[in-house]
Amino acid sequence: MFDTSSLAKAIFGRLTLESLPLHEPIVVGTFIVVALGGIALLSAITYFRLWFYLWREWFTTVDHKRIGIMYMVLGIVMLLRGFADAMMMRLQQAIAFGGSEGYLNAHHYDQVFTAHGVIMIFFVAMPLVTGLMNYVVPLQIGARDVSFPFLNNFSFWMTVGGAVLVMLSLFVGEFARTGWLAYPPLSNIGYSPDVGVDYYIWGLQVAGVGTTLSGINLICTIVKLRAPGMTMMRMPVFTWTSLCTNVLIVASFPVLTAVLALLALDRYVGTNFFTNDFGGSPMMYVNLIWIWGHPEVYILVLPAFGIFSEVTSTFSGKRLFGYTSMVYATVVITILSYLVWLHHFFTMGSGASVNSFFGITTMIISIPTGAKMFNWLFTMYRGRIRYELPMMWTVAFMLTFVIGGMTGVLLAVPPADFVLHNSLFLVAHFHNVIIGGVVFGAFAGIAYWFPKAFGFRLDPFWGKLSFWFWVVGFYFAFMPLYVLGLMGVTRRLRVFDDPSLQIWFVIAGIGAFLIFLGIIAFLVQIAVSILKREALKDVTGDPWNARTLEWATSSPPPAYNFAFTPVVHDNDAWWDMKRRGYQRPLAGFKPIHMPSNTGTGVILAALSTAMAFGLIWYIWWLAAVSFIALLAVAIGHTFNYHRDYHIPADEVVRVEDARTHLVAAGAKS
Amino acid sequence: MKAETHALQPAPGDHAEHHAHGSRESYLIGFGLSVILTAIPFWLVMAGVLDKQLTGLAITLLAAVQIVVHMVYFLHMNTRSEGGWTMMALIFTIIMVVIGLTGSLWVMHHLNVNMMPGHDMSSMP
Amino acid sequence: MTLAVVPPQNSEPVFYLVDEHEHPEGASTMLGFWIYLMSDCLIFAMLFATFGVLGGNYAAGPAPKDLFDLPLVAVNTSMLLLSSITYGFAMLAMEKSRVGAMQAWLVVTGLFGLAFISIELFEFAHMIHEGATPQRSAFLSSFFTLVGTHGLHVTFGLVWLVTLMVQIARFGLIEANRRRLMCLSMFWHFLDVVWIGVFTFVYLMGMLR
Repeated sequence: MFDTSSLAKAIFGRLTLESLPLHEPIVVGTFIVVALGGIALLSAITYFRLWFYLWREWFTTVDHKRIGIMYMVLGIVMLLRGFADAMMMRLQQAIAFGGSEGYLNAHHYDQVFTAHGVIMIFFVAMPLVTGLMNYVVPLQIGARDVSFPFLNNFSFWMTVGGAVLVMLSLFVGEFARTGWLAYPPLSNIGYSPDVGVDYYIWGLQVAGVGTTLSGINLICTIVKLRAPGMTMMRMPVFTWTSLCTNVLIVASFPVLTAVLALLALDRYVGTNFFTNDFGGSPMMYVNLIWIWGHPEVYILVLPAFGIFSEVTSTFSGKRLFGYTSMVYATVVITILSYLVWLHHFFTMGSGASVNSFFGITTMIISIPTGAKMFNWLFTMYRGRIRYELPMMWTVAFMLTFVIGGMTGVLLAVPPADFVLHNSLFLVAHFHNVIIGGVVFGAFAGIAYWFPKAFGFRLDPFWGKLSFWFWVVGFYFAFMPLYVLGLMGVTRRLRVFDDPSLQIWFVIAGIGAFLIFLGIIAFLVQIAVSILKREALKDVTGDPWNARTLEWATSSPPPAYNFAFTPVVHDNDAWWDMKRRGYQRPLAGFKPIHMPSNTGTGVILAALSTAMAFGLIWYIWWLAAVSFIALLAVAIGHTFNYHRDYHIPADEVVRVEDARTHLVAAGAKS
Repeated sequence: MKAETHALQPAPGDHAEHHAHGSRESYLIGFGLSVILTAIPFWLVMAGVLDKQLTGLAITLLAAVQIVVHMVYFLHMNTRSEGGWTMMALIFTIIMVVIGLTGSLWVMHHLNVNMMPGHDMSSMP
Repeated sequence: MTLAVVPPQNSEPVFYLVDEHEHPEGASTMLGFWIYLMSDCLIFAMLFATFGVLGGNYAAGPAPKDLFDLPLVAVNTSMLLLSSITYGFAMLAMEKSRVGAMQAWLVVTGLFGLAFISIELFEFAHMIHEGATPQRSAFLSSFFTLVGTHGLHVTFGLVWLVTLMVQIARFGLIEANRRRLMCLSMFWHFLDVVWIGVFTFVYLMGMLR
């Protein structure tokens, strides 16, 4: 017997009209703005008839360079969303004093801080880092592409799928109100019965598959596809840190997958892993998720270290100081990052022996990091330093990161952590290392490699403006939080009683606004650079007089990267080639073997996202149909054995001649 | 010229990869060993020959040996395939597994000892 | 670093290869798949860790002694072990390019795998029938999840096996199919390795508790 409500339930699960947050004026306003912007964008694409082009050349591409650029775009778009959340929090905390409730209710505010954390880590920092690695690593090792080009495309779209789910939660239903790691028992079904935590779980699971696969892909690429002559100890430092990062990804994301799967079982099946009853242990969740969580921060920061190494040596005009120690420091950090996870929950109560072990390992990890810092300083020492934008970010990083590192060592002392745990001191610390390390690194990397990707430099004026807004804004925004943390203010508070605290929050709010100006300046910088691209043009392919192989090819590089596979004789391969009078080959081109584009990655990721949506809203038919379709498409794809083609020699000749022409014209003018 | 450049290159140039498959004999040896190494622990537990602690130790040891047997005879692990990278990955994974497993057990055991209800806090120093 | 960093100055340095530097298709596949298996291994490690921590929390419900039927587990273990050796024989047949023999051994492997899954499902059904559901206690939650995840992997392996047999029947023992067979071989033997951990630490150790 079906009445209409049970029929609706069968079709829509728990998705009803009430699931749309129409009662939240802020969300409705955001939705209108996003909808208008989206409609404008989509109609512009339609008007200019770009759909076919985008699908054929970008969405289905297996070219690591284009996938890398798409990762960067994703990261920057999501940065805007994540930063909007940050501004909302800063505003709320700056005004919610003296009996004022601020402008965000608790239900909304709790979603905002959760979404901010999740988005910034998974959908801003990860795509930016993965994008840079994807773009640069194959070029740096002289390869044509990554080991598994199709998998690369699939990984990217899975990341997008996760991001889509998280964004969807803003307008359909709600997001988790649990903090970015969704600790049970709060995240269990009893305390979070609505869809928020389910959005969280499935968004991260979908994106996590992509991240793990891209990790495997890049490890294989670095291990198997290096140019002849490039031994492990001749790899550029960025490639080394990428290798270690991807090792960390492959060794830690399965842990996240497992622990989120267990949480999902608790919520969907009613098992008792992390419940308070029937022998479950919520603390086991905390333990497991930090086994993933601590390596994750090194996943983010190691590539940034690599970027700073490349930038420092290029803009100091010197070989990197202590290459070998840099490599060993990276490897040691990789291993040690697995031995420190308990420092995130010293206060859990494991006792003195456990806490002291993890406290000591945490302090030890600062030694290799410090060694790196000295390596960069000695690289700069007596170098001819050019303070171009990437170098400015690097110097700002060195100053800022040292402060963040020192507060980290403070927190590593268990008795101190008992006072500072979950305080704003902690919030200031991790923003200090993530912004000062990862974000500054990403901006340095963008400024450094942008000319490689597009053939023209970024406008220095707007770049410097963005730089100063960011750096000054950062200090204004987070130094007050150290003070507040030492005064005992805990994180994630919505309203305050003590009026003497307000001034600090106001200062932090001003800092956040300065960072906002920095982001605007960054976007203007990109727009201005595109407009002035003729004036900022670089035809040499090597605008910074750099040292590693990616600068040996044209900017932007052709689809096949290098017409002839380079042979490496030195750590700084391109520097060595320039020094010994390398001449670009002009003839004798041969057909080049390349992978072909495919739309399967997009389809698989779309089906996964649909399945996740079905699971979130209990729309079981959708989940089942998507799952079956997923299997069918995946199996169908394996029946396609023709996944490659050859770029004919004529085509290579045409591309290379065009470059010869450009270089000659550039030399004349 | 080409020979010289390839001599410079250790791992990635090793294109003519030969995958070891083992032989009928090696599979049978592995199978025989596995049967023995499976049968003994089942027998130890079902017959209750030794006391519990000793049995636990023995079956853990036998499992470790059997895992090695499978690795060698079925998965053909050696230090040469893929230029040693598979072995490297395996060793790294084993380290991670050991850290994750023993670490979790250690941390959670101490937590239980310290925090479970019924624990007499007055005996704490 | 015993290699000379820079070749002698008098010889003309070579900065690029004139011939196409061919990386044959699938040259990275075996390594990539192995790394995937390692990541899968870590998923199992976490499930083992969960079982290790929560496996003693019966919540006044049934304990391993009340539930496990060791002879049945022994039969199940032998099914998986037999499927491992028959897969090995399939690989030896592939080496000699004897497609018929290879397909036959794959069928045998699949049947053993199917038997394994069936016995496991029978065991689960029996336990649930007795009230020992995954919801009953943390011990049972972690038991069902760990053993069930292994079972799901075997099921996935069976789907893959059938797919591959169809592909070999249609396209023959071409290079790509050989590579896939080797990947599935690693997958299958890897699951057997995981099962060693399961029968030792879940079933046998459980009986000792």
